[in-house]
Amino acid sequence: MAVWVKKSECVGCETCLDVCPIGAISMSEGIAVIGDKCNSCGACVESCPHGAIKSDASDRKADISAFKDVWVVAETRQGNIRSCTSELMGCGRGLADALGQRLCAVLAGKEVSSHAGAMAENGADIVYLMEDKGLEEGLALPYVRAITDAVLEKRPAVVLFAATPFGRELAPRVSRRLGVGLTADCTGLDIDPETKNLLQTRPAWGGNLMATIISPDTRPQMSTVRPGVMKALPAEPGRKAEVVQLKVNIKPEDQRLNIQELKKELYKHVNLTEARVIVSGGHGVESKDGFGLLEELAGLLGAEVAGTRIAVEEGWLTPDRQVGQTGKSVCPELYIACGISGAIQHSAGMMGSKTIVAINTDPAAPIFAIADIAIVEDLFKIVPELITALKMKEGEN
Amino acid sequence: MDKLDIKVLIKQVPNTSEVKIDPHTGTLMREGMESIINPDDLHAIEAALQLRDTHGGKVTAISMGPPQAKDVLREALGMGVDECILLTDRAFAGADTLATSYTLGKCVLRLGRFDLVIAGHQAIDGDTAQIGPQVAEFLGIPQVIRAIRLEIRGDGLLAERTAEEGTEIVKSTLPALVTVTKEANDPRYLFVPLLMAAFEEDAPIRVWGGNDIGADEAGTGLKGSPTRVRRTFTPSHNKKIERLNGMPADMARTLVERLRERKVI
Repeated sequence: MAVWVKKSECVGCETCLDVCPIGAISMSEGIAVIGDKCNSCGACVESCPHGAIKSDASDRKADISAFKDVWVVAETRQGNIRSCTSELMGCGRGLADALGQRLCAVLAGKEVSSHAGAMAENGADIVYLMEDKGLEEGLALPYVRAITDAVLEKRPAVVLFAATPFGRELAPRVSRRLGVGLTADCTGLDIDPETKNLLQTRPAWGGNLMATIISPDTRPQMSTVRPGVMKALPAEPGRKAEVVQLKVNIKPEDQRLNIQELKKELYKHVNLTEARVIVSGGHGVESKDGFGLLEELAGLLGAEVAGTRIAVEEGWLTPDRQVGQTGKSVCPELYIACGISGAIQHSAGMMGSKTIVAINTDPAAPIFAIADIAIVEDLFKIVPELITALKMKEGEN
Repeated sequence: MDKLDIKVLIKQVPNTSEVKIDPHTGTLMREGMESIINPDDLHAIEAALQLRDTHGGKVTAISMGPPQAKDVLREALGMGVDECILLTDRAFAGADTLATSYTLGKCVLRLGRFDLVIAGHQAIDGDTAQIGPQVAEFLGIPQVIRAIRLEIRGDGLLAERTAEEGTEIVKSTLPALVTVTKEANDPRYLFVPLLMAAFEEDAPIRVWGGNDIGADEAGTGLKGSPTRVRRTFTPSHNKKIERLNGMPADMARTLVERLRERKVI
């Protein structure tokens, strides 16, 4: 595999220089030159407006025009549709409209038919219903079977999963079984107006870069989508969808793993990814007692408490409350960062929050670059005052 | 259970805490970037070694990458892994997760019988967490993702995995693939004599290319990768920042007002 520039066709426009993710292309005498660092990713091949960059990658174009419709794989928890599914429906509706195709909700589970109406009101034109007692929440293999079989039968153009732990366990197996591409944890999805390809944008390199990924020659195009980023549409009461039952053929080999027991006692129930408000602490919180203060604030706001990797490593917080690259990615309405410097490893997991309040003594802390409201002051002076101010009823202050 | 045959999948990654972006081109500046073993993979190695130490058997570490990825395999040997395979070939370059899972999967099959494949949950450069499930699918075996505890029970695997609301105990048949998170264990330190031996000529590191694992070139590298990077850009923060001033009590009151205006509290 190699990538090279056909000199006679290069006009020196330098488009490829900006596209190369690793900066391997330079200009020499007005012509692009691909250097030794090139890892043959092919990004430049796609980008060249003059077709001057060539590669020996095989032409894998299949008949992609036969693949139509946008699918959203619904996720349930304890039998209820999760909010991330409604967000995906909102996003999927826009993609389906841009393609001039249908939005289909894939509803698979033990007993899920009662949700078909809600899927229609959330924007589905078609609801594919797959019910089987083997489709148990948290067990990937039976779902891989059901969804792969459905894709092979119906041939959608796009299949979206929520980037929940379950979605990220399920989607890679489906993509491998189908032999198609999958883009993880997308924060932006769009349709290219010219090629009709799905433009899948996600953070890369710990959030230092954003990358837009395409799967130009294979179908379906598959993504897992970060919860909390996309907007659900308001439900349209009375909106109808065609409900199509699909057969589920779970095999014995799909039942080689089973859940023995759910241990909830290890951690108090915490669901950072669906929290509306998060009060978060870092190095500046200094101790477990310091987090006690944040808990008091969180209690008044109906918020969850979270923190940085350091806070977890110091033992001030349990690991399920870590936000950041090696923890959870969150996008609440409000994120209050207390004593957090805002290193990229942390901000990668929270910069999508709608409103960010940063409280830090260091005016140069990177957290202030992504904050909406900045307070340069000791959190131990601000947080107690904040608690006092919140305890006063609205209008009293 | 008799002796265990365990494969560990590890990756050499740039230390993303040192990532520098060229502000003009919006591309990654690789010069001088330190390469490290992917942090989750240290826990995968430790999990494998603990099982081997309990049950006997052999741990083989596999890494796909450029020739310099040998460094992370030496580190694995230094921790006590028995043998290593470095998968390196020009044809592997430009691989996305689908092509990578094919290449790693072919290597595991080429090595013959196995009981467990253990990998880190995710790599810090890509953050996809897709390789584990995709390799499991390629091998046609069950997977336990985000495991924090592993135990061989009878002829199967008993594992504890993190769920969104706590943890779950799951039971799987063997062979199986497991991905572990950093909560699984504390990786042991390198044992200096082992690390020294890993730099000797006769260190047990085999270097294999596509032919050695019987890989079809159409499945590896860029050719085997359906995804393409169309463009990269630096995330923009076009936010208007409001900085509050005054005494702490004043700032706290203003903040509460602002948050009420924004209807977030």
